[in-house]
Amino acid sequence: MAYSEKVMEHYTNPRNVGTLNKDSKSVGTGLVGAPECGDVMRLQIEVDENNVITDAKFKTFGCGSAIASSSLATEWLKGKTVDEALTIDNMDIVEELALPPVKIHCSVLAEDAIKSAINDYRVKNGLAPFELAKSHH
Amino acid sequence: MITVGDLFTYLCVLRIINHNMELPIYLDNNATTPLDPRVLEAMLPYFTNKFGNAASRNHAFGWVAEEAVDYAREQVGKLIGCTEKEIIFTSGATEADNLGIKGVFEMYKEKGNHIITATTEHKAVLDTCKHLEKSGAKVTYLKVQSDGLINLQELEAAMTPETILVTIMYGNNEIGVVQPIKEIAAIAHKHGALFMTDATQAVGKIPVNVNEDGIDLMAFSAHKMYGPKGVGVLYVRRKNPRVKVTAQIDGGGHERGMRSGTLNVPGIVGLGKACELCYLEMDQEAARLSALRDKLESSLSQMEESYVNGNTAHRLPHVANISFKYVEGEGLMMAMKDLAVSSGSACTSASLEPSYVLKSLGLSDDLAHSSIRFGLGRFTTEEEIDYAIENTKKAVNHLRDLSPLWEMFKEGIDLSKIEWAEH
Repeated sequence: MAYSEKVMEHYTNPRNVGTLNKDSKSVGTGLVGAPECGDVMRLQIEVDENNVITDAKFKTFGCGSAIASSSLATEWLKGKTVDEALTIDNMDIVEELALPPVKIHCSVLAEDAIKSAINDYRVKNGLAPFELAKSHH
Repeated sequence: MITVGDLFTYLCVLRIINHNMELPIYLDNNATTPLDPRVLEAMLPYFTNKFGNAASRNHAFGWVAEEAVDYAREQVGKLIGCTEKEIIFTSGATEADNLGIKGVFEMYKEKGNHIITATTEHKAVLDTCKHLEKSGAKVTYLKVQSDGLINLQELEAAMTPETILVTIMYGNNEIGVVQPIKEIAAIAHKHGALFMTDATQAVGKIPVNVNEDGIDLMAFSAHKMYGPKGVGVLYVRRKNPRVKVTAQIDGGGHERGMRSGTLNVPGIVGLGKACELCYLEMDQEAARLSALRDKLESSLSQMEESYVNGNTAHRLPHVANISFKYVEGEGLMMAMKDLAVSSGSACTSASLEPSYVLKSLGLSDDLAHSSIRFGLGRFTTEEEIDYAIENTKKAVNHLRDLSPLWEMFKEGIDLSKIEWAEH
């Protein structure tokens, strides 16, 4: 089965690859996954005083689907409020990228990365972190 | 009317004048190899006008087919140093492994039930052993050293009076490591056990001689040596000692009662021709391939944080297995889209487990995930290798730009100290 075109697209033209200053109060950093599992995603958001995500950056160690999932996540995050960002569901990513069943866990990790970044931002700004509801084993 | 001869000539000429590389470049010859055009030419008549069943005793169609099969036995025998009567044709190396291991276990039941093998064997051997454990076999899975070689003292220590079979592969399909076969066979024989080897990756690539190497049973397959898929050999020794195996497929008693079923005549003819070509061309080919492999490997291992897996002194001439730290194998293969290679990454296996062979070497999971296997072959050119080097370097660098682990490594962060969010 060949690589999906959309997945290839994100690899050849990745959006938002990079790093934000993780020490800044307006930046939330989510680092999820583990090298032993073959998947590590770092997703960062820059949030303004109106709770709007003005910038998002990612870096991912993982397969093509993992890279595409996190790249897509950063695309979707930009311009959303933090509350809107929480509604991003992994199945939206699966649908958009046409991920096969064996790659669904990549989208779950991307959703975790989003929530983890949001939580980091919240904790830095004196707010309580949300519960990461889904477990994915 | 265009004949096969014309087609053959056309293909040869095409190869000579075709300066343009065909993309993607095939560097996965450990998975399978293309048919050598000369093998195809030898096989074709047996699909068309020489279509007889080799077991048809009573007419020319059968005699012609039988003659072709007998000739193929000679060609195989010449390559591996055995007689025609010691060859059982099967549907491939997997079936040959099954027949050898199960066949010996059942035949020598009175003598003992202990089998010794290694953790880096092909699944055809490992799964067969696991199956036999349910029927009362006791199996020892020897661990290998970090370079992939068996420790001979450990093998010696594992032998028991109940050991009937030691089965260790000649050359490993993932890392190319070649085991000390003569020494292993000697230890097996010293303790009264038979020695079997799955030599699928080695036959036709390096000199394999069943008598010089002390081999009692040997499995190999045509499609790793420029022959067709669906045909292989189990060599079964007839002298010093005379070895027997219990048939696993019944139905007519073909192959001296050891493997029933109408012979795949065109496949066998192809296998024979493939063996003959290897016999004639093996030495030059091995020299040519190891030079190309060394060029590929030394260029790529100049990259920062790259690791060659497996013993480099004792290995097959055409294999290179390299880990590129901080990038993941499947992502890397996607990035190397003009190259056909394979990886030990979990993402490429249906089970989502990283390569068990690399894990047996003691490789960490993340390095196993970051490995790429290059398998060069008869039709690999220097131009293709040069392209592969550039393409791989570009892909690794691009993915490192995307990798948070590479960034952290560059900043001097000790990744082993991090508490990862998963598991």
